Amino acid sequence: MIQQVLFVLIAGASLGYAALQFLKIRRNIKLGKDESISGDTAERWRNVLLVALGQKKMFSRMIPAVLHLFIYVAFVITQVELIEIFVDGITGQHRVFWPPLGGFYTFVISFIEILSVLALVATIAFLARRNILRLARFHKPEMKGWPFKDANYILFLELALIFFIFLMNSADMARHQNEYGFVVSQFLSPILDGTGDGTLHLLERIGWWGHILVVFAFLNYLPISKHLHVILAFPNTYFARLQPRGEMDNMPEVMNEVKNMLGLPVENAGAEVNMDNLEFGANDIFSLSWKNVLDAYSCTECGRCTSVCPANLTGKKLSPRKIVMDIRDRADEIGKKLDSKDVQYAKDKSQALGAANFDDGRSLFDYISREEIHACTTCNACVEACPVLISPLEPILKLRRYEILSLSEGPSEWLPMFNSMENNGAVWAMSVEREAWKSEL
Amino acid sequence: MAEMAAEGREPEILFWVGCAGSFDARAQKVTKAFCQILDAVGMPFAILGNEEMCTGDPARRAGNEFVFQMLALQNVQTLNGYNVKKIVTACPHCFNTLKNEYPALGGNYEVVHHSQLLQELINTGRIKMQEGGTFKGKKITYHDSCYLGRVNGVYEAPRSVLASLDAQLVEMKRCKTNGLCCGAGGAQMFKEDEPGDKRINLERAEEALGTGATVIAANCPFCLTMMQDGVKAKDKQDDVMVYDLAELIVDSMVKG
Repeated sequence: MIQQVLFVLIAGASLGYAALQFLKIRRNIKLGKDESISGDTAERWRNVLLVALGQKKMFSRMIPAVLHLFIYVAFVITQVELIEIFVDGITGQHRVFWPPLGGFYTFVISFIEILSVLALVATIAFLARRNILRLARFHKPEMKGWPFKDANYILFLELALIFFIFLMNSADMARHQNEYGFVVSQFLSPILDGTGDGTLHLLERIGWWGHILVVFAFLNYLPISKHLHVILAFPNTYFARLQPRGEMDNMPEVMNEVKNMLGLPVENAGAEVNMDNLEFGANDIFSLSWKNVLDAYSCTECGRCTSVCPANLTGKKLSPRKIVMDIRDRADEIGKKLDSKDVQYAKDKSQALGAANFDDGRSLFDYISREEIHACTTCNACVEACPVLISPLEPILKLRRYEILSLSEGPSEWLPMFNSMENNGAVWAMSVEREAWKSEL
Repeated sequence: MAEMAAEGREPEILFWVGCAGSFDARAQKVTKAFCQILDAVGMPFAILGNEEMCTGDPARRAGNEFVFQMLALQNVQTLNGYNVKKIVTACPHCFNTLKNEYPALGGNYEVVHHSQLLQELINTGRIKMQEGGTFKGKKITYHDSCYLGRVNGVYEAPRSVLASLDAQLVEMKRCKTNGLCCGAGGAQMFKEDEPGDKRINLERAEEALGTGATVIAANCPFCLTMMQDGVKAKDKQDDVMVYDLAELIVDSMVKG
C-alpha cells in the first residue's frame, strides 16, 4: 500500500512538472511569428510516417542509422511494458498482464528484452563514438560544455534503464523458477541462484522502481535536453515546408513598395504600409517564424548538417547546427526572462512584461556573428542532411535580410553588385551591350 | 524577341541567357555553343537581348529583397508582355528563380534547364551524335550544381546527356543529393571568402581530380569558373578540362 501511494505521488508530481515544462516550450515556440502552414495534408502525414516514424533520412548513413534504430525501436516498444508498470504501480498488483496473456506475455516481454540487448549494444557503440573514437562532428566548437555532457547523460540514462529492466526480470525469473520464460533473463537468472526469496523480491523491487524512476527522470530531463527530438521530430516533420526548396518566401510589403516605385498596379492598394517603421527579416525569436523555433527545439545536435556544410568543411566559422542551437538557446533565454516577470526586461516599463512587451537589449546577433551568416552558399546541403527536416538555411537568410534591409549593413563587396544590378540590370557593371556576344556567333 | 514580336511571330522557346552567359567570357562560350545546337536542330528561339535583366537571385540570397523585386518585377513585366510561355536557361540560378520564385510575382512559365532540353533533343533524335565523337571513351566526371541538383532535384537529365557522349562517367564520392557546392552560391561569387582553411572550390576540384577524369562537366556558369580556378590552383589546367554540357554536345554532334 505504501508503494502504491508513493507511486501515485511520484507519478503525479513528475507528470505534472513535466507538463509545465512542456507548456513553457510550447510558449517559447509560439514566441515566433505566425506562419500559416499550407499544402497537402496527405504529404505532411507521409513525411511523418517516412521521415519521423520510418527514419528514412537516417539511412543515408548506415552505421548510425542501424544503431539508432535499435534504440528507437526498443524505446517505442518498451512503452508497452510501461503500461503494465503503471497499472501495477497504481493497483499494487504484480505483472498484471501475465495471467490473462500467458504465452503472448512471454513473447512480448522477450521481444522487449531482445530489443533492450540491441539497444545496449547501440548505446555502448554511441558512447564509444563520442568518447573514444571522438567523431569529428561531435567535437565541433558548439558541442563544448553542456551539449557534450547532455549527449552522454542521455546515454547513461539509457544504460540505467536497460540495467533496471534486466534486474527486475531476472530477479523475478529466479524467484518464480523461470516460469515466465523470458528469452534473455533466463540466462541472467542463474547468477542469482541460491539467493533468498526476500533478497530476490528486494532486487525485483529495485529493478521495478529503478526503471520507472529513470523513466520519470528522463521525462523531466527532455525539456532541457537535445533528447526532446523523440517527441518533436513528429510535429516537426508534419509542419516541414512543402514549397520548392529553391523558393525564398516572398516579401509582399517590399514587392508592393517596389511596384509603386515602378508604377505597376498594386493589389490591395488601400492598405498603405508605413515602410519606415517596418523591420525586415529576423534578428530575434520574435521575428523568426514559430516553425523556425520548433526546428530549433527538434534538433538533436547530430551535426549531419555541419558535416556536409561546404563552409564548415573548409574551416569557416559557420556551422548550421550552431545556428539552430543558438536559436534554441535564445528562445530559452527569453522564456526564462519572461518567467522572471522582471520589469527590467520590459520595453515599456510601465506595463507588465510579456512577449509583446519585451526588450532585454539582446538579439540573435549576440549569439550568431555576421561572419557566420556571410559564409553560407545557400547550397541546401544542411537542409538535405537533416533527419527531422529542420531548415538551418531559412533563419540564416532571414538574418541576412535583417542585416541588409533593416540595418543597411552587410559585406561591403556586395555593394557594387547591388548597385550594378540596380543601375545596369546585371550583376557586373559592364560597358558593353548585353547581347554583344551575338556578333561572334 | 522584340524583332520577332514586331513580325508577329512567337518563338517555340525563349533562351534566358543570364548575366554570366552574356558578359562572362567563359560563359559566353556556353551561350554560343547552346545557340549553335538550337540552330542545328532547327528550333526557333528568341532572346530578350538588352531587355533581359539579372533575375535577382544573388541580391535575394544576399538579403537585398528591394533589388531583387526591382529586377524581378521588371523581368516579369517584360516576359508577360511578350506572352512568353516556355523558357530555357543554361544557368541553374536563373532556372531556379524563374521557375520557383517568379510565380509569386505573377510570372508563370514553363522553365527548363538546358540540360533537360538537351536530353529531350537527344532522346527524340533531333540531336544526332557523331560516331566516335571527341569524348568517346574518355573519363568524365560530373559536378552537380546545387541549384539544379539538390534544390530542384534534377540529377538524371545531365547524366543522360553525358551518356550520349559514349564517354566513361566516373562519379565523385559526393554526388547527386550529397554533391558538394563549388562555393559560388548565395552571392559568394561576388565577395571574398570568410576566413577559413581552404577555398571551397579547391576542396571540390581536388575531389574531381581524384576521380582521374580528364573532363569535368558542369551545368552552371559559376561552377564552371569555380572548378576551372580550382583546377588551375592545382596546376592541372593542361591535363583536365572543365566544360559545360552544351560545349560537350556541340563538339560531338552531327551538324547540318
